[in-house]
Amino acid sequence: MEFQGILNYLVGFAIMAVIYSIFTLGLNVHWGYTGLFNIGVAGFFALGAYTSALLTTATPDPLKFEDYIFGGNLPALLGVFNLGIDLWFLVALLGAGAVCGLMALIIGSVTIRLRGDYLAIVTLGIAESVRYIFLNEKWLANGSKGLYRIPKYLGDWVSPQHYDYLFLVVVLIVLVVIYVAVERTIKSPWGRVLKAIREDELTAAASGKNVFSFKLQSFMLGAFIMGIGGALYAHNIRFIDPRTFDPLLATFIIWAMLMVGGSGNNKGAILGAFTVWGIWAGTQFLPGFLSDPNFRFIMVGLLIVVVILLRPGGILGEERKISASAAPPNKVAPPDA
Amino acid sequence: MKGPVPILEIKNVEKDFGGVRAVSGCSFNVQQGTITGLIGPNGAGKTTLFNLITGFVPCTGGQIYFQGKRIDRLPPHEIFRQGIVRTFQIPRELKRMTVLENLMVVPSHQTGENIWGSWLFPRRVRRQEENNEAQAIDILRFVNLVHLKDEYAGNLSAGQKKLLELARTLMAEPQLVLLDEPGAGVNPTLMKELVEHIRRACTEKNLTFLLIEHDMDMVMRLCDPIIVMCNGENIMEGSPHEVRQNEAVLEAYLGGLGR
Repeated sequence: MEFQGILNYLVGFAIMAVIYSIFTLGLNVHWGYTGLFNIGVAGFFALGAYTSALLTTATPDPLKFEDYIFGGNLPALLGVFNLGIDLWFLVALLGAGAVCGLMALIIGSVTIRLRGDYLAIVTLGIAESVRYIFLNEKWLANGSKGLYRIPKYLGDWVSPQHYDYLFLVVVLIVLVVIYVAVERTIKSPWGRVLKAIREDELTAAASGKNVFSFKLQSFMLGAFIMGIGGALYAHNIRFIDPRTFDPLLATFIIWAMLMVGGSGNNKGAILGAFTVWGIWAGTQFLPGFLSDPNFRFIMVGLLIVVVILLRPGGILGEERKISASAAPPNKVAPPDA
Repeated sequence: MKGPVPILEIKNVEKDFGGVRAVSGCSFNVQQGTITGLIGPNGAGKTTLFNLITGFVPCTGGQIYFQGKRIDRLPPHEIFRQGIVRTFQIPRELKRMTVLENLMVVPSHQTGENIWGSWLFPRRVRRQEENNEAQAIDILRFVNLVHLKDEYAGNLSAGQKKLLELARTLMAEPQLVLLDEPGAGVNPTLMKELVEHIRRACTEKNLTFLLIEHDMDMVMRLCDPIIVMCNGENIMEGSPHEVRQNEAVLEAYLGGLGR
């Protein structure tokens, strides 16, 4: 019984760490590879979570004062086709990603020319705006009461007490797919241009690169990934309201994960997510005031300080070479051969 | 040594920064196949003119033609694609990228630079990467940096960064190269090398150079013709010998102390 409890806790912990790994991978595309100072992760997190929730939640029930424009009720809808697999989950995930990508396109077209801290302020502002829109526009997504009854994926396959194991497998598969896709996309000449832009926008422009277009593409890709993370979060917790997307747990902890793990390294991003989430979740068992959330955040801050002092590039740090499709070093003729 | 065809035509180009007129009515041609020097006292508007030609700063007035095509108002990456490449006065290497990757990022029209490219055409991307890498190695050999190809560009010495800037321009396979003070902060030995590299690139690769330089020794040895700018306009153009003899040039540099 004791063992079972610990195992269940660890599985729940792993699900959250995996979901945060996905956010961190998205942020790594923005900051680690392109130098886009996005401190509005929470905006895409919220948008992804709300999109997926609204697409899949049942039609609102007026008797319960539920008030949102659109309960897509996808599970019931797509159940009609009955293709043997639950398509609705994929549709919801991709839909959440697409909405975030589209939002990034709209925001990015007007703001992505801004450099460094200017972009940071804009993204922070937009993330807060998204939160306040969902809070105040009650017709949109039930306002401060939030959305509940968010369906479980493959909920009837296993008994409720074993469901977390199944969901862990699902989020792991999504993480692996995203990791492989991002690695492959970044370690191409496309990713090399992003890195050049991160290092010096003027040099990139002087080398004939359309800096605006590349930055916009990177912004959209990162936002797409964050949207999928948000969707997974919604189906894991199965209740979201505007308070869920507080900047502390929806933006800054993700930054902490990337800094600790190693910006510019996708493995580092995942390692950082597990490390920081481990500290954050683990410290809640400390006795007395030590388990106070504010104190736990101090612990996360302390971890950042220690890592920055000992390993400024993060635990894993950046990989030196990015041209994966070029000839491996040993194939290159030695100097003056 | 003047060729008959102007590759670059500057016509009445003007640039105002607020109340400051940095370039005012500058007009000259750069002939195909020359190494043209652009000299003048500090604040004459030389670097601003480079920024105007390469599209980093928009012109207030006037026109710029490259191979007969109007290029002012084009964004920097479009101007690069026309065949003009520049270096910066202070090297702007991509610090946390290797020397090799600093060069491999340069070529235009790489299939892999499309986000879907390496998914849809992996073989073509690989082939291009191999070609680009071979070309980059060749150029690194040309400027004697090949032993540093896997070093971070940020770790190079100041002189090596200058060479990397030159290598970057060669990688671009341009028609016209604008060099902004290639000799600044470079020791005499390396300077000789640099002059040799530029001259070889001009004859072997058939490039045209326009270069800003304060080192008169280098300018007199390398450039013909030389264009002199002062207060935002070009005040004369001629061979090194003519420039050395010209009163207006002495006036510009020495502020009329000769009178």
